[in-house]
Amino acid sequence: MAKESKTLNLNFGPQHPAAHGVLRLILQLDGEIVEKADPHIGLLHRGTEKLIENKTYTQAVPYFDRLDYVAPMNQEHAFALAIEKILKIEVPIRAQFIRVMFCEIGRILSHILNVTTQAMDVGALTPTLWGFEEREILMGFYEKVSGSRLHANYFRAGGVHQDLPKGLDKEIGKFCERFPKIINDLELLLTDNRIFKQRNVDIGVVSKQDALDYSFSGVMLRGSGVPWDLRKSQPYDCYEQFEFKIPVGKNGDCYDRYLCRIEEMKESVNIINQCLANLPVGPIKTDDGKISPPPKKEIKQSMEALIHHFKLYTEGYRVDKDEIYTAVEAPKGEFGVYLISDGSSKPYKCKIRAPGFSHLQAMDYLIKGHMLADVPAVLGSMDIVFGEVDR
Amino acid sequence: MQNIQDLEKILNSELNTKIKSSLIKHNQIYLKIDEADLTEVILFLKTNSKTKFRQLIDITAVDFPENEIRFKLVYLLLSHEFNQRIIVEIDVKEKEIVGSITPIFPAANWMEREVFDMYGIDFKDHPDLRRILTDYGFEGHPLRKDFPLTGHNEVRYSHETKKVIYEPVKLEQNYRNFDYESPWEGTKYIKEQTKE
Repeated sequence: MAKESKTLNLNFGPQHPAAHGVLRLILQLDGEIVEKADPHIGLLHRGTEKLIENKTYTQAVPYFDRLDYVAPMNQEHAFALAIEKILKIEVPIRAQFIRVMFCEIGRILSHILNVTTQAMDVGALTPTLWGFEEREILMGFYEKVSGSRLHANYFRAGGVHQDLPKGLDKEIGKFCERFPKIINDLELLLTDNRIFKQRNVDIGVVSKQDALDYSFSGVMLRGSGVPWDLRKSQPYDCYEQFEFKIPVGKNGDCYDRYLCRIEEMKESVNIINQCLANLPVGPIKTDDGKISPPPKKEIKQSMEALIHHFKLYTEGYRVDKDEIYTAVEAPKGEFGVYLISDGSSKPYKCKIRAPGFSHLQAMDYLIKGHMLADVPAVLGSMDIVFGEVDR
Repeated sequence: MQNIQDLEKILNSELNTKIKSSLIKHNQIYLKIDEADLTEVILFLKTNSKTKFRQLIDITAVDFPENEIRFKLVYLLLSHEFNQRIIVEIDVKEKEIVGSITPIFPAANWMEREVFDMYGIDFKDHPDLRRILTDYGFEGHPLRKDFPLTGHNEVRYSHETKKVIYEPVKLEQNYRNFDYESPWEGTKYIKEQTKE
């Protein structure tokens, strides 16, 4: 006698630890097979874009930290670059080096979090404990340079807020000596691990064409074999001065994406080492008093510096009427800012293009036909952070 | 590799009647077209072997409440093969319905939903046009310039009814928008007060 089959609707989240935040995923199940997934997002929507329209350009920077909160400086970078391109500011070379260095630190921060939590989602706890120790050290660097561990507010149009404190370069250098061994340890735990492979190989396969159609970027795109990295193809700041490789996957499954992230971390260490070896001396922000605030000691002496300081912290700097899209290769993919300025000191419109938004959109396509237990694995390998998806 | 000037020429010759204006700025092409030609132009950009804009980066709208044609819809596309970006713009009136490009790019689905949610622009033949970022049962379109920054409703847990309730926003102090740009004339709200 044939049993009648019935589809079951299951709410995955919004309070599920494997949902990586506040995702509400409505799954239609036939037994254990997922027939349809409908992600409901917006539970962390804070109206960032609306808020930015009502703030000056300087005040808007901290909002970018709160998007993808595991790699804050990469987002600030996109916004700073957009303003710099409109205002045609030359960024001093030392500032460019510092920015690249901290973007790569951000990339390692994000990838550690993703790789280890993905491992946790499929049953391994130790990588998280090991990885988070390193994240702690990296956030210590963030704190030393900007004053806060997470929400840095460090990049400015025209450079960075302040110079590296004395001795920080040596500390980062020491970390870079030690860190490849930690990656190695993580790999020993995961790469050839039977359970990890069973859970990830051939799960969530994305073909090249679909990766393009669903506007995937970053590791999601490279994991499917498309060699595309904005740091190489449309270099910004001083990325063209560095030598690094772009790891590309073959099969486009969760396992390949994991491998890509591991390799990218190694490349990031490589870039940081190159930064430290060639770190130039000089100013760390543009000397244009109309854009970057004067040093404190000048304010006491010079009338002009005082006026500049006053104007910059009340009205803010004005940005000429223009319209621009700039993108950076954030750890999760192409993070872009579409900025419309109207000549005042506040952006008229600031659309944020978050990579996670398009990745999560493909959830239905990725998970259809998989088992319920694969949902966390696929979600984990997409590297979703709700700060940026919901904005 | 194809340089951006050649690409602009190709676009202008192939699509000549459909392009209202084209411009190269910041190493990107800005294309203005009519709403009626949207799907055709996007399909052309995606499939033509000389353009190959095969990735849709984002869709967004811009609100100009003082203009007669209120909205501007912006489509950002990227060509990996030629390493070029293009920005396609159309003007849209309030309550005008725009053709959906979801059949061309599946990625447009959520992007159009977001535009619908934030600006209230409708898309024709969209498979699933629901709100996406705002709350269930939300009213209004937050990114329109006439939507107040503080919103209309606030949410709290009520101990009496034992559930989350919605109430009109009550502010201890009204939101003040300081006008730093002309400090000597006084800000707008002071001017209004002195008139009375």
